[in-house]
Amino acid sequence: MSQKPLLTTEAAGTACALPDAGPVILAPAEEKRKIRVATCSLAGCFGCHTSFLDIDERILDLLKLIEFDRTPLTDIKHCGPCDVGIIEGGVCNSENVHVLKEFRKNCKVLVAIGACSVNGGVPTVRNNIDLWECFQEVYHYGIGLKNGMIPNDPELPLPFDQVHPIAEVVKVDYFLPGCPPSADAIWKFLTDLLAGREPKLEYETLHYD
Amino acid sequence: MSDNTITIDGQAVPFAPGQTIMEAAMAAGVYIPHLCHNPEFTPHGSCKLCTVTVNGRNAASCTMPAAPGMVVQNDTEELNANRRALTQMLFVEGNHVCPFCEKSGNCQLQAMGYFLGMMDPHYDQFYPPRDVDASHPDILLDLNRCILCELCVRASRDVDGKNVFGVTGRGPHTRITVNSASGRLGDTDMAVTDRAADVCPVGAILKKRHGFEVPIGQRTYDHKTIKDVHMEEAGK
Ligand code: SF4
Ligand code: SF4
Ligand code: FES
Repeated sequence: MSQKPLLTTEAAGTACALPDAGPVILAPAEEKRKIRVATCSLAGCFGCHTSFLDIDERILDLLKLIEFDRTPLTDIKHCGPCDVGIIEGGVCNSENVHVLKEFRKNCKVLVAIGACSVNGGVPTVRNNIDLWECFQEVYHYGIGLKNGMIPNDPELPLPFDQVHPIAEVVKVDYFLPGCPPSADAIWKFLTDLLAGREPKLEYETLHYD
Repeated sequence: MSDNTITIDGQAVPFAPGQTIMEAAMAAGVYIPHLCHNPEFTPHGSCKLCTVTVNGRNAASCTMPAAPGMVVQNDTEELNANRRALTQMLFVEGNHVCPFCEKSGNCQLQAMGYFLGMMDPHYDQFYPPRDVDASHPDILLDLNRCILCELCVRASRDVDGKNVFGVTGRGPHTRITVNSASGRLGDTDMAVTDRAADVCPVGAILKKRHGFEVPIGQRTYDHKTIKDVHMEEAGK
């Protein structure tokens, strides 16, 4: 039924167990390869990453099954070939698009996590404000500002006139909404995915706020 | 069995002459998803969430009168997929930033998204420019979140007798408009006690100084689905 990629389609493998999550099918038995996961925050606030860390000691169970590629935790700068890519935040500048495309190219399964990644979220409040006016307000006229200067270092990425969700730029396989999604929602989502099931949230863990 | 019976998903549902399919269904405890329908007001038929298949053709159940022997499909995968698509369209046609919306947790559009398992907006966002009118001392009008159900129009006209709200424009330019020379809500005789002040199913008409009063976990749809709440309201 589902045309969405599931993690175990090519794996005949070893089963092990995460608490409350049923059997988890890993890569083929001979290999015992860990599922490689990359994450990043684009136009987001790192709140989704923080919520992910709220899974607390369950992360130890998770680390038996996965290893991290590029994430804010590993400080790896570029995403290499991965099983799962998890993107927080929408796209608000040119760098966001480059990072996003690198993830899409390298990740078998791409997940949009959080309201900003799913529909643009809070940063879209600027979408109907002229970019120049927005900068003036932020750097020149905002309360408490003196001698403000608009940053224009050539190293800075080019800002877009609007913020957009990542699915308007690349194909996204799964969406996990919430601002941020709760640790339990993230745990349920990841354990479903690692078990080769299509992720499904209970009513009370599905939130847009 | 009297002649005044229809079937909905195979279940016999009696109706009183003049009742719509929606009214008969709700009276019999059968839930048909809806947003612009509110049993207190004349049906409006604009959101199409309540679309069912009647004798093989799709029709809005909130406006379609029940007739003897009608065969109605309601809770089917296909109709619910259509409802999810309509809900997604309502989201992308406005600016819905639930994380900071005062209505979040008590919002029918959001609750419909949860009920129908909407995980993403699917369509490209419009991000339309919309007005916010904070001129009234007690009421905020934020058209970013309006879904054009016209419940405010109906309530102000039919219950409050004030005609504060109207509709202007066509197609994607359709907007709720305020009936005063300035076009501002502060220049109308609308009062915070008016029915129109608390009929909005989303966060477009809000009473000031009540935002975030109810903590997360105790809001209307935190534990109950929109189906649970609507059936309770119908006494079922
Ligand atoms: S009106 Fe409802 S759907 Fe729109 S932003 Fe507010 S809570 Fe979300
Ligand atoms: S302001 Fe609220 S009640 Fe009025 S049409 Fe818009 S959504 Fe409906
Ligand atoms: S509820 Fe019937 S069209 Fe909106």
